[in-house]
Amino acid sequence: MSTPINIQPARQFCLKCLLTLLIVFGLTIASFIYLALNPANLFTLEALKNITEFIGRFFPPDLSPDFLDKIWHGVLQTLAISALATLIAAIFSLGLSLPVSGRFGPTAKGITRFICNFLRSVPELVWAALMVLAVGLGPFAGTLALMLHTTGVLGRLFGESLENHPTVSSNALMLNGSGRVTSFLYGTLPGIAPQLLSYSLYRWEMNIRMATILGFVGAGGLGQMLYYELSLLREAQASTVIMAMLVLVIFVDFVSNKLRRIQMHNQG
Amino acid sequence: MGFFLQQLSFEHSNGTPALSQISLVAQAGECIAVIGPSGSGKTTLLNILATALKPSLGTAVVLGENPWKLSKSSLKRLRSKIGLVHQAPPIPLRQRVITAILAGRLGQWPLWKSILSLVYPVDIAGPQSCLERLDLTDKLFDRCDCLSGGQLQRVGVARVMYQAPQLILADEPVSAMDPVLSDLTIGVLIEEAKKRNATLVASLHAVDIALRWFPRIIGIRDGQMIFDLPSSEVSEHILRELYASELGGLPIQASSTAS
Amino acid sequence: MQTSIISRDPATPYRLMGLLLAIAILWPMLQLTQFEPKLLIDPNNIQVMGDFLVQFFPPNIEATFLSLVIKATVETLAMATAGIALAMVIAVPLGLIISYSLSISRIGPTSDHQFAQSIRFLARSLMLVLRGIPEIVWALLLVRVFGLGAIAGVLAIAITYGGMLAKVYSEILESGNTLPARALILSGSNRIAAFLYGLLPGSAQELASYTVYRWECAVRASVVMGFVGAGGLGQLMDQSMKMLNGGEVSTILVVFLGLVLLADYISLIIRKQLA
Repeated sequence: MSTPINIQPARQFCLKCLLTLLIVFGLTIASFIYLALNPANLFTLEALKNITEFIGRFFPPDLSPDFLDKIWHGVLQTLAISALATLIAAIFSLGLSLPVSGRFGPTAKGITRFICNFLRSVPELVWAALMVLAVGLGPFAGTLALMLHTTGVLGRLFGESLENHPTVSSNALMLNGSGRVTSFLYGTLPGIAPQLLSYSLYRWEMNIRMATILGFVGAGGLGQMLYYELSLLREAQASTVIMAMLVLVIFVDFVSNKLRRIQMHNQG
Repeated sequence: MGFFLQQLSFEHSNGTPALSQISLVAQAGECIAVIGPSGSGKTTLLNILATALKPSLGTAVVLGENPWKLSKSSLKRLRSKIGLVHQAPPIPLRQRVITAILAGRLGQWPLWKSILSLVYPVDIAGPQSCLERLDLTDKLFDRCDCLSGGQLQRVGVARVMYQAPQLILADEPVSAMDPVLSDLTIGVLIEEAKKRNATLVASLHAVDIALRWFPRIIGIRDGQMIFDLPSSEVSEHILRELYASELGGLPIQASSTAS
Repeated sequence: MQTSIISRDPATPYRLMGLLLAIAILWPMLQLTQFEPKLLIDPNNIQVMGDFLVQFFPPNIEATFLSLVIKATVETLAMATAGIALAMVIAVPLGLIISYSLSISRIGPTSDHQFAQSIRFLARSLMLVLRGIPEIVWALLLVRVFGLGAIAGVLAIAITYGGMLAKVYSEILESGNTLPARALILSGSNRIAAFLYGLLPGSAQELASYTVYRWECAVRASVVMGFVGAGGLGQLMDQSMKMLNGGEVSTILVVFLGLVLLADYISLIIRKQLA
């Protein structure tokens, strides 16, 4: 009537897990010791007094119309840097997607994949510092830096999209004598265009966040304003810039959520 | 120029044989129908002629060249003279009909022209006249996902017509069409071949269409060529032997009135 | 059937409008970003950049410098680890407060429903502020308070990643199987017990996995924060770049790329062990 069921005792303690947790815990304590960081020190009366005094200097923020004008210009510049960088990167990545997906052979695939990985592994801020060296201070350096990093990211993403897309249409065109580039443009691109666009928009959203801080190394936008105000010890102005950054990020978050909900509603 | 196949065999990568020892000669301007039960190897034969597959054994000379001994650019040039009509047209659905048709000449256009055509079609009259002959003119600027199966198949035919190749290969080109449209489409294909003295090879499932339109019929079964006869000599007996495994009678274009 | 010859593409007016719109947006964008590709080929700039890049090969592998680099690397790793640890200290309570699955007031009417709602709202807003301000801004501010060095970086990571972890923790807890926790609350247990016995066992692996992933991001962030004086490899690279020492920068870049790979690998191992 009933076959013997093999009952295993519930896994109460996984030895591997416990060991791993202990090691991680130990290394964490070691980190605190190495940095000579005692979290308790943060909560001494002296430290708290310093912190509250520091925060106090930030209020009230400077809301004079002249300064708000400069802030508005900073916001527009930040948006422009991110938009332009994402746009140029998307165009380059479209071209890169062909070799990255292997349509030009394995050597081209290896080389372009390596380039994309290198471009995206170096953080945007490091690129910004390098670009400031190349073209001087200002938003152009920020645009170039974001463009380089984003090309790495999108190049890889576009290439993978292309690889996963069925090749029937472009193969058929190649049978009729078309070359690799044109068979891609006429056969595959109409099919993957929505996905590429969605990747690019998502990247733009992240780039807006990045563009606000690239200014710390002199690459324009709100970041450069903040660095400038803080170095002049003008905390009231600095707090306005920080609030502007916060508002921008929340706004972009909100808009993109709304758009995503509309898009899902349309597709569903 | 036509083509010339000798002792052609093809094996799939998993070892199953698809074609064995096919020998076939066709002159320029001939119209040939290939018939046979499903899975007999008709599509494989057409794909080899289209230079999509390399035969495992035997020789194939298409339009005077051995495709697998050519350089990349010569192969490209050869392929632009061969037009393959697919059973399921491999056209991206979001594309417009006019762009899908213009894609036929990609092998003959320089790169800048192809790119320009994406933005603004360089030739509207050409695709339009192709569609006119297939009774689809009003769909010229529609998107392909607005078309029915039969309409999409006709767009595939229109693309090959626009390409104006010297060898027209059609893989079950009317499978999704009703009798009237099938006749229209096959008629157009044959007209195209005669106009330019191009060779036409069409694989068909409906035997009556083959017999009605094509002067030469080839029967294939289990990868082997059973017969190669002028259509007048193809008797019912021969056909029944070819389709012996098909349940019931011979596959013909479904007609509403019983015979 | 005679049809009139169509001579124009009906999509053309729309495409033209789109093109005009694109130009109308693109032109001011180019102005705002001071887009000047000519600068890239300006001879002065090329010389400076060229000299700098030429020094990249060979990278500087002098013993004294290398020991500095190794110290900085260890400091970066320590910063990331300590930062995440403190972030968890913030994130765990915050995440629990926010998470609806432990909401007593949702199960049945209680007198302090309003109070609980407002606490939750405050917690959510706090989280938004913590996450919304980029960590490097926090680092910049904290450097003013605590001076140059790793402590500013640790706290910056703790604050921002605390907010991020709180949000994701609450999402993981809410999306998991909440029935055991609710059952416990219904039978009168307090929220913390309900969490420990009802929610934690099921979500533990996902929580841990995400935390380790965030640690990997923290390693990268620690390097970046060094550029505003928060210690680690970043501060070293900033100094070398300011002195236009290409050899040192290339060494640090290589070490950085290696560090990222190492962190990736470690995180993979830990997550596999915890599975």
